[in-house]
Amino acid sequence: MADGDYPSELKYHAEHDWARVDGDEATFGITWYAQDSLGEVVFFEAPAVGSTVSKDAAYTEVESVKAVSEVIAPLSGEIVAVNEALAANPEAINEDPYGAGWLVKVRLSDPAEIETLLDAAAYAATLP
Amino acid sequence: MTAVAPGPGRSFTQAADDELTIYERSVPGRRAFVAPALDVPAVSVEALLPAHLRRPEPPRLPEVTEPEIVRHYNRLSKRNFDLDTGFYPLGSCTMKHNPKLHERVAALPGNSRLHPLQDPARAQGALELMYRLGEALAEISGLPHVSLQPSAGSHGELAGVLLTRAYHEDRGERRTKVLTPETAHGTNPATVTMAGYEVVKLATDRDGNVDLADLRAKADSDVACLMLTNPSTLGLFEPNISQIAEIIHGVGATLYYDGANLNAIMGITRPGDMGFDIVHFNLHKSFTQPHGGGGPGSGPIAVSDRIEPYLPRPQVIRRPATPDGGGEPTATPPATSWVYDLDFDRPKSIGRLRGFQGNYGVFVRSYAYILSLGAEGLREASETAVLNANYLLAKLAAAGVGEYLPAAYNRLAMHEFVLSGAPMKAELGIKTLDLAKRLLDFGVHPPTVYFPLLVEEALLIEPTETETRETLDRFVEIVAEVLREARADPEIARHAPYGTPVRRLDEAGAARRPVLRQIL
Repeated sequence: MADGDYPSELKYHAEHDWARVDGDEATFGITWYAQDSLGEVVFFEAPAVGSTVSKDAAYTEVESVKAVSEVIAPLSGEIVAVNEALAANPEAINEDPYGAGWLVKVRLSDPAEIETLLDAAAYAATLP
Repeated sequence: MTAVAPGPGRSFTQAADDELTIYERSVPGRRAFVAPALDVPAVSVEALLPAHLRRPEPPRLPEVTEPEIVRHYNRLSKRNFDLDTGFYPLGSCTMKHNPKLHERVAALPGNSRLHPLQDPARAQGALELMYRLGEALAEISGLPHVSLQPSAGSHGELAGVLLTRAYHEDRGERRTKVLTPETAHGTNPATVTMAGYEVVKLATDRDGNVDLADLRAKADSDVACLMLTNPSTLGLFEPNISQIAEIIHGVGATLYYDGANLNAIMGITRPGDMGFDIVHFNLHKSFTQPHGGGGPGSGPIAVSDRIEPYLPRPQVIRRPATPDGGGEPTATPPATSWVYDLDFDRPKSIGRLRGFQGNYGVFVRSYAYILSLGAEGLREASETAVLNANYLLAKLAAAGVGEYLPAAYNRLAMHEFVLSGAPMKAELGIKTLDLAKRLLDFGVHPPTVYFPLLVEEALLIEPTETETRETLDRFVEIVAEVLREARADPEIARHAPYGTPVRRLDEAGAARRPVLRQIL
């Protein structure tokens, strides 16, 4: 993956989160910019499966050598899976933020929210 | 500071050895001390201690000779970077010089050998020192009542938030939220959470001040307190402090002052006059206790009249030395004679915050500092701290450093200032962390990095008042040299440091896979 890569098949939230929508489910993660700004991630606080997330609200935290940061939900719904592999291997968030570094899968409660997210070009334009 | 920094292929200035632990040096039977022959009747341990307090076997202490102990700790001390070795502009930490006079005073037997359980009647000098230190801190903060108990800044914060809780509960109010700016020291939200409140963050406006519109929107009757430091963690004086105090007091909440940045304002303005209700001091920062691994901290608090009933107990008090006052009866007591005591009779107190009366050795050093400088001297210390910070900021800009490391806010700085390494990262390919590590090779302790979080690739620089102009000029040259070097070859900074006892540490690896126990 190249520096500053923002895949076009994903939808983006301005708080540096991405969503990969697949029917009524979506996978969430943090963007290349987010992981680069955080620096090396050392801990991902796995939320509980079955808990609900609300668009624009924090649903968990990631900790890097620099800071602890809240992770904002790009869409609303119920968590149906969390990336258990991150407990042993949080560096996947840095090394492969759009693949092995995914955070949670969510069953969407309001798919219409997708329309409010940014595409890759619009998101990249928000970055410094 | 060294003239030529170590680099790739250049030799180390300090030996890099694999230091053994003192336990690994242990050989059975070796001793550094031999007790003299017993000259009193022997009593068995069984006769002195009940079974549940006795060890089943002796502790496993290292068995080593005195020269080995001396060399071991002397070598370890040389592997450290400390304030007595070089410039230490660690923002927010106020690494000012710790005058050596204070060590002499603290080492006087009456101070260093005082037992914490000494009867107050036999510890009058120590209690008087604590009382007078409290008076001085009250004067400096503009708040009349002081407790010296808290043992660190964070401990003072906890005391302050617990006082806020006691104050509201005594009035029959149950409030749930505490406001902190998003630029706050991390201890502020941590304290709020520990004290059982919900943290609500306040936005920062374009100039680096508290966003007043956001404050008005969030200040309601559920808010117990606003925790603020002024100057802020961005090194900027909050010009709207009177308005902020008005808004906070308008909803019945308390205003808390985080004293971490007091070094900018001593003798110039006072938190109490700004409308703060509770202040904590970092005696180890503003009042010269060696810190950062060099000694214990101390975080006294000062409060307004309405908070006073809840202060921790015991409080150091005094009363006239007359037979009625409980003092030592003398034939002709001098008119100004006082008897000092500990007052436990404080029914509304939040209670004790620690064992005994606080970190007394710190009180001695800080009191010595306040007396040495006096009111005018403290003001001059703050003025010089602010002058040094602004001199350094201007000098860095003039040296061309500003192009890569611009000031985060284009305003007069207070005792410290924030630069952003974002242009340096984009144009030279080195991060703030790389610059920080490379500074070590030039004999400079790096500034605080990646704080405040609001500023990208932040560097927080606090030179303090005790550095010479030559030292500040040299720092500018070194930063400019690291940038020149990075333009030619960014790899040098990316792999720094080269001259330290250990090279760049794997911080992420240490956090991800910590080794918590050494097998001996």
